[in-house]
Amino acid sequence: MEFWLPIIYMAAMGLALLIYVILDGYDLGVGILLPLAEESEKDTMIASIGPFWDANETWIVLGVGILLIAFPLAHGIVLTHLYLPVTIMLMGLILRGVAFDLRVKAGDHRRALWNRAFFAGSLISAMAQGWMLGAYVTGLRDGSTSVLFSVLIALTLPALYVVLGCGWLNMKTEGTLQRKSHLWGGRAIWPMGLGLGLISIATPLVSPAIAAKWFSLPNALWLAPIPLVTLASFVGIVLTLRTSSEQQAAQPWRVFGLTVLICLMASLGLAYSLFPHIIIGQMTIWEASASVSSLLFTLVGVALTLPMILAYTFVVYRIFHGKATALSYD
Amino acid sequence: MDPFVLARIQFATNISFHILFPAITIGLAWMLLFFRIRFTQTGDKAWEYAYFFWVKIFALTFAMGVVSGITMSFQFGTNWPGFMEKAGNVAGPLLGYEVLSAFFLEASFLGIMLFGKDRVSNRLHLLSTFLVAFGTTLSAFWILSLNSWMQTPAGIQMVDGVVMVEDWWAVIFNPSFPYRFFHMLIASFLTAAFLISGVSAWRARSGVDGPATWKVMRAGVGVAAILAPLQIFIGDLHGLNTLEHQPAKVAAMEAVWETESAVPFNLIAFPDEQARENRLAIQIPYAASLILTHDPQGEVQGLNEFAGEHPPVAMVFWSFRVMLAIGGLMVLVSWWASWQLRGGREPHRALLLTLSAMTFSGWIAVLAGWYVTEIGRQPWIVQDLISVQEVVADHASATMTGTLLGYVLLYAFLLVSYIGAMRHMATKPAASQALGPVTFTTQPSAQH
Repeated sequence: MEFWLPIIYMAAMGLALLIYVILDGYDLGVGILLPLAEESEKDTMIASIGPFWDANETWIVLGVGILLIAFPLAHGIVLTHLYLPVTIMLMGLILRGVAFDLRVKAGDHRRALWNRAFFAGSLISAMAQGWMLGAYVTGLRDGSTSVLFSVLIALTLPALYVVLGCGWLNMKTEGTLQRKSHLWGGRAIWPMGLGLGLISIATPLVSPAIAAKWFSLPNALWLAPIPLVTLASFVGIVLTLRTSSEQQAAQPWRVFGLTVLICLMASLGLAYSLFPHIIIGQMTIWEASASVSSLLFTLVGVALTLPMILAYTFVVYRIFHGKATALSYD
Repeated sequence: MDPFVLARIQFATNISFHILFPAITIGLAWMLLFFRIRFTQTGDKAWEYAYFFWVKIFALTFAMGVVSGITMSFQFGTNWPGFMEKAGNVAGPLLGYEVLSAFFLEASFLGIMLFGKDRVSNRLHLLSTFLVAFGTTLSAFWILSLNSWMQTPAGIQMVDGVVMVEDWWAVIFNPSFPYRFFHMLIASFLTAAFLISGVSAWRARSGVDGPATWKVMRAGVGVAAILAPLQIFIGDLHGLNTLEHQPAKVAAMEAVWETESAVPFNLIAFPDEQARENRLAIQIPYAASLILTHDPQGEVQGLNEFAGEHPPVAMVFWSFRVMLAIGGLMVLVSWWASWQLRGGREPHRALLLTLSAMTFSGWIAVLAGWYVTEIGRQPWIVQDLISVQEVVADHASATMTGTLLGYVLLYAFLLVSYIGAMRHMATKPAASQALGPVTFTTQPSAQH
């Protein structure tokens, strides 16, 4: 138990954060794209994420919740170190979250202001999350490489979210807006690819421990699928985005699905790089772990509620499947 | 400034801002369910209008609660890392159960509640409304269990300075939990009741009312008239429980310095912590003993018993009086309103004015109440076990000042926007509300 429980929780935390990145990723991506759209299209874009965003955002609360429940000793260190980007991210999420309602409820004369807040909140949150990821992967150390690395991810994570958002809009919208999403996706894919490439090169350079885990035989062989699938998915997205809008509309799932695959590969790679550390080079998951009694007590709840959460999440997506109509907050 | 003080101010700012919104949504969710059921039963379009008018305000309020709540979940770690290191074995699972059992439930079914009307059956829409209400209450259950445990810890042992759980049942249902849970639930119902009656009264005065406005006002006034006195009763029980487990807090609430019998109740006093006495006290003889021990000769422990380990007196003392004053006012106004509105009568303009003035009175009472209980716990974060001082994060003062300023500006802006949006919604004429027979319309300026 003492050996397995922290591993189970590590996996659950990784899964919650992966789901967060995918689900709120498309929300934030749509938010970043908002200024590029016409006024009438903005309503459709926000209607396409309206019924989902709140539950999507809850996954980050679960992620940080598991960090707190299972690894209380790491929770304090991680959040103390990431104090500034976390605070900035929270302010971004606050702005974005209230803008859903206020852009239609505060009166027409305030709509432009809240559209801007929606965009700014989405962009700020995405960048702050990139900064947090960068600082975390470099082991929460201060120093110029760490800062440079964090800046790099802060600039590229929004591009990934935008590609996810474009994939989402392709599924949920039609007509001019759908065609625009193809155009936007075609532009965002390059900074995203560049970022992913640079991060893949930089991670082993920044952390020798990670380099050793990846570039020794036979590990390198059975790890090869991770970069290969990522590369293939990336090429797949690029090729799809080059086809005509009609063809893309006929395959609504492709760009979104392939981007999700990239996220999955990236998280597997990250998990492999980190394990068994909760903070690279400082603390393992066993050192940071809460008491067995507390972990077991919560595990019962996880086992009971997680299937239910997944079930009604599925129901909600079923109910709101298909093209977004002009559902209104007003 | 001292980072410790800054961390406390920052956390207090966040939690004070956050509680405003759950204080409305917990009660309002159940009232929405009531409107929804009444519509299903009667087919009266006014109930449907009431539902969709208030569900918009609910959605906005809920979103404010969600985003400020996420801030809270991070600030436990950014501001009080030691709390999780020492008490994580209790705090972690309780917060975890809140996320797992309540947050996802509310968030998922809120989407159906807001946007699913035309996509799902009436039955599923009703069920979604119920599940959102149930989720908000369940969320309150877990968070109040944790907060109560911090006030009256039970079911644990301290091993090397770390909390280890021995009995989960005793942790969750710790001694102050039932009182605090019901006190907060009723507080939320009262906050929501005065909000909906206040906005309705405002609409009536502005002449944008219809049948739904009056149905809502009656519902709000009715709920308040029953719950306001009940709240005083529950509050009294809660106070007796506090006296048993946190006597220093009660001594601060009453500004009693020396342990004595036949203690008078300080209606107004100016506690002076340097001199350790009250200046200019206006008192009711025997009343404090009577309230606290239910015996006019009863003995009450004074603050001097807890020298160095009692909370700041003046803040707790005054917050308590503000809460009591609003609680009393709520009883008077809700009874007066019930009398005026009896049997479908038309209310006097003074009542509409009073109800509109009381729109956000619940907020003040809820904040004052929480200040009593939270400041009253100081200097402890977990009563008698872990002090606040030993769990604080050491951030640079400049960082803390900067982020605090950011939060204060953001929250001030949001609060203005929230009230502005509510005003905007309340002012919209009820075009589609002119359905069904109008019992009476008020044109106050013409009639009075």
